Amino acid sequence: MSIISKGIEKIRSNKRILFIGYVLLGIALVSLPFLLSNTVGRTWVRILDFALIYAMLALGLNIVVGFAGLLDLGYIAFYAVGAYAWALLASPQFGLHLPFWAILPIGAGVAAIFGILLGAPTLRLRGDYLAIVTLGFGEIIRIFLNNLDHPVNVTNGPIGINKIDPIVIAGADLTRTHEILGIQFSGAHIYYYVLVLLLMITVLICVRLENSRLGRAWIAVREDELAAQAMGINTRNVKLLAFALGATFGGVAGGLFASLQGFVSPESFVLLESIMVLCMVVLGGMGHIFGVLLGALLLTTLPEILRSTASPIQESLFGAVYIDPEALRMLLFGLALILVMLVRPTGLWPGTTRKQLGNKG
Amino acid sequence: MSYLSVESLGVSYGAIKAARGVSLSIKEGETVALIGSNGAGKSSTLNAIAGLIGHTGKVGFDGIDMSSFPVHKRAAKGLALVPEGRGILGRLTVDENLRMGAYLRVDRKSIAVDLLRIYELFPRLRERRGQTGGTLSGGEQQMLAIGRALMASPKLLLLDEPSMGLAPLMVEKIFEVIREISSSGVTIFLVEQNARLALESSNRAYVMESGELTMEGDSQELLRSSKVRESYLGELNS
Repeated sequence: MSIISKGIEKIRSNKRILFIGYVLLGIALVSLPFLLSNTVGRTWVRILDFALIYAMLALGLNIVVGFAGLLDLGYIAFYAVGAYAWALLASPQFGLHLPFWAILPIGAGVAAIFGILLGAPTLRLRGDYLAIVTLGFGEIIRIFLNNLDHPVNVTNGPIGINKIDPIVIAGADLTRTHEILGIQFSGAHIYYYVLVLLLMITVLICVRLENSRLGRAWIAVREDELAAQAMGINTRNVKLLAFALGATFGGVAGGLFASLQGFVSPESFVLLESIMVLCMVVLGGMGHIFGVLLGALLLTTLPEILRSTASPIQESLFGAVYIDPEALRMLLFGLALILVMLVRPTGLWPGTTRKQLGNKG
Repeated sequence: MSYLSVESLGVSYGAIKAARGVSLSIKEGETVALIGSNGAGKSSTLNAIAGLIGHTGKVGFDGIDMSSFPVHKRAAKGLALVPEGRGILGRLTVDENLRMGAYLRVDRKSIAVDLLRIYELFPRLRERRGQTGGTLSGGEQQMLAIGRALMASPKLLLLDEPSMGLAPLMVEKIFEVIREISSSGVTIFLVEQNARLALESSNRAYVMESGELTMEGDSQELLRSSKVRESYLGELNS
């Protein structure tokens, strides 16, 4: 890996190679859905959509866990808040049909407020204690959504909310198939481009945050809270900002999920989801933006590959399916986690300790 | 006129009173030591002044009553604490640790100048600038902690037991640097168990015993006082 990072360092210093790299990356990103739908099938574009949504979630959690070092086991609650915000503001549930450009910031804002609601009472907690409280918070949100169908029906309870509006741009429903310049674009395909764009913005914001004054304050809080205070860092505000910003990304991802799926129910926001997102962060490389991206993409696509290959392989080998792909998935997932923690305890692609020499700021 | 003025400061942990009625003052440019045996309440007093722990009484600094200020606000007013245990950011490099010390400052140019000065003061840190803080030796970490506090360009440097856990040779070296910092005009308040070194490196000193200040005076005079020599310098009646 160090050879690779050295290689990356070399490439970074050469502007022309860098430019060509960006162009190639752009072409790859644009053509990936065409490639997938023509080889392994159209469902894969949809899987890719969910992978991108999870990547956004993982990047949001990375701010809280990776940068500020606050172990949050209830992160999926913000995803739920964002998803339900979209569902309530753009569905027949209340007859509201706000446009996406209005809901997206509202959902982000509501999620940020919930982030502060979680952050404020837990400011004095760290490590395991914080993990337990956040875990409880995540469950409280889910149970609330599950039971908020009476006395006044807000969330439809366990049934969930149906017929959620998709993103509509200039009258075009993005979840339907459109023909542009003679090429057919499925809804999942169009959403893919929207998600790639939003993910790029997310990555950009994360990179800027990491290198900002606030990012440095988060790292100081993570490493030693008392020392951070002694250096003049207002640790209370800095931690609240971590919760709020992390929650914002969760809220946006939740909204996109609701609009892509067209349906939300409390079932999508169980504890296991929080743990999965945390695994993406830890497995990829806590605190390292591109490591976290890698973790999210791997943990969302590998199970799908397994799902589509486990049964045929078993059949061709043994003539029958002995282990259900779903069971096999958890088995292999557990094995993979143990292996990674043994062999690469800091994650698959951890951030290199920056050796800043000279007078760079 | 006093720079730091502490009036009847008290610190208690539940029912235990770690410090009672502590009143002391420090003038600008002075180096003042607080000596005493283990558990006398020295660190509690220092931490209370820095704002790390709650206290009763008044802490005034540079004409402002800071009694109700949290730690970071006191830091913003010019107090820089080198905490016991050093508080090194273990996974950051020496260079990053030092830059973090200048968190509250915005003038990049003067930060760069100060960084060079710290590296001149501690050539050892310059050699290790790319190394992570956690891999340094105890003495190097103490240097780093002091250097980082200086990066805040503080008005008052608060040092908590800089000799703790260090080899005798390293202790000498650290105190050499403390004297150097002192002579460059920085006001220092030093809490230290090693009474001889503390008195030799300071202008004035206070002696603390079970939570209360029992003596104060010129450091040279205290060094000659029979009571100090007997209790803190390990000398029998000479």
